[in-house]
Amino acid sequence: MSGFSLRRIIAMLSRYLYVLRSSWPRIAELVYWPAIQMFTWGFLQTYINAQANVAGFNGRFAVAAGTLIGALLLWDSLFRAQLGFSLSFLEEMWSRNMANILMSPLRPLEFVAALMTMSVIRLVIGIVPVTLLAFWFFGFNLWGLGFAVVAFFVNLVLTSWAIGLFVSGLVLRNGMGAEAIAWSILFFVMPFACVYYPVATLPFWLQWVAWCLPPTYVFEGLRALLVAHLFRGDLMVEALAINTALLVAGAFAFLGLLDSARRAGSLLQMGE
Amino acid sequence: MSDAGAASSTVVISARALHKAFKKVQAVDSISFDIAAGSTTALLGGNGAGKTTTIGMIMGLILPTSGSVRVLGVDMARERHRVLARMNFESPYVDMPHRLTVRQNLKVFAGLYGVADVASRIAVLAESLALEEFLDRQAGKLSAGQKTRVALAKALINEPEVLLLDEPTASLDPDTADWVRSRLEDYRRRRNATILLASHNMAEVERLCDRVIILKAGRVVDDGAPHDLIAKYGRDNLEEVFLDIARGRAAALA
Repeated sequence: MSGFSLRRIIAMLSRYLYVLRSSWPRIAELVYWPAIQMFTWGFLQTYINAQANVAGFNGRFAVAAGTLIGALLLWDSLFRAQLGFSLSFLEEMWSRNMANILMSPLRPLEFVAALMTMSVIRLVIGIVPVTLLAFWFFGFNLWGLGFAVVAFFVNLVLTSWAIGLFVSGLVLRNGMGAEAIAWSILFFVMPFACVYYPVATLPFWLQWVAWCLPPTYVFEGLRALLVAHLFRGDLMVEALAINTALLVAGAFAFLGLLDSARRAGSLLQMGE
Repeated sequence: MSDAGAASSTVVISARALHKAFKKVQAVDSISFDIAAGSTTALLGGNGAGKTTTIGMIMGLILPTSGSVRVLGVDMARERHRVLARMNFESPYVDMPHRLTVRQNLKVFAGLYGVADVASRIAVLAESLALEEFLDRQAGKLSAGQKTRVALAKALINEPEVLLLDEPTASLDPDTADWVRSRLEDYRRRRNATILLASHNMAEVERLCDRVIILKAGRVVDDGAPHDLIAKYGRDNLEEVFLDIARGRAAALA
């Protein structure tokens, strides 16, 4: 039997796409929450812009405020990509199908590859329409940022996979009690990733924490691009280096926690 | 009972000093057995006897604390992926995605097991297990009996050489259970498959199995053909033998 099978990955993808196709509310939900967020922050940005003009900030404050909607779209991309990974994994737990999957010839890394692909598919379905709405309603063209957008997305998706791997491993090891982590872990990271404000805003000691998180580099890069019209390739490379380390650590954590679940004997009776 | 002549002496499943402890609980306590190709063997025992844990270790989903288990010559703790395509299993503790139709579920598992002609394999299974009428219904909307037939179809999707069944007819009415047993007997004969099942149903074990391994508190307390065990304990059926062992009367009777 081959070590890495594209056919088995496609079989898993078809399983997740069947689920997605079977329910239009599931597809609508992928767009619904990012759209609600975008409209809320978009109108807030419009309001701030208006107030800044009245107060005579000569547009400087307004430009900074313009980063809000971009930061929101990127933050939501990170969140949705991580959910795309983790929820696909949790589908197996909710349907008590995990033992069938683990007993099949599917290799753990093929399983992970399918989850990664689903994370990108769900992200594209959810975020692309919202970026178009942002352009239509608020004139913010994320895609107009060119190559920088690719660098931002690559780094955010890599971070989401690393977190997804770690969360999935925890659920395998500890059961559905760990499910809440899938929903909440990124909100723990959010204040330190400096999504809506520069790293310099944080106390000095916390800035060290912020610079350990790859998303921080992306959001700093976004602000540099929108405020100073400067693409910070150095930040993207540094984020990529940290992401690579996190992804390797996430893969080892997933495999280690899977082995730990095999030792604990919990894989046969997993599910809600 | 199945045709014992079908069994050959080739060992397909081999457990050696297999031991599993969950903290201070000895779930399986140093058991050893060999299971021959083409045979149907039952693991019999009360709740907590260690049947499901033993099957879990044979599948490689549970790592032994010590000892080893080999299936088709492969160490299941370390190299299980070498033989998983030649095995399959069914358990009442495991389900299939509810939102997928039966056909979609079988397609997914056919892909995972590398089945060559998926459509014709599903057609064969649908006919032999009478799935046609609900092949395009969501798995979550099936009755218990229909779900068991679908789970059996999934377990047979790759025509496994080794089939592991954990209480295969639990929660089925007698008629459906009898029907499922017939399908299993047919499959074993046709494919010369090796079947290991855990069951509480003594009539099922008497009918299907060449051999019974009786577990109690994680240990093998007896092992033999059903009719030999019945004769050995001087009883009329396997249920009485089981009760003797479960209630500690076996030592006096044997």
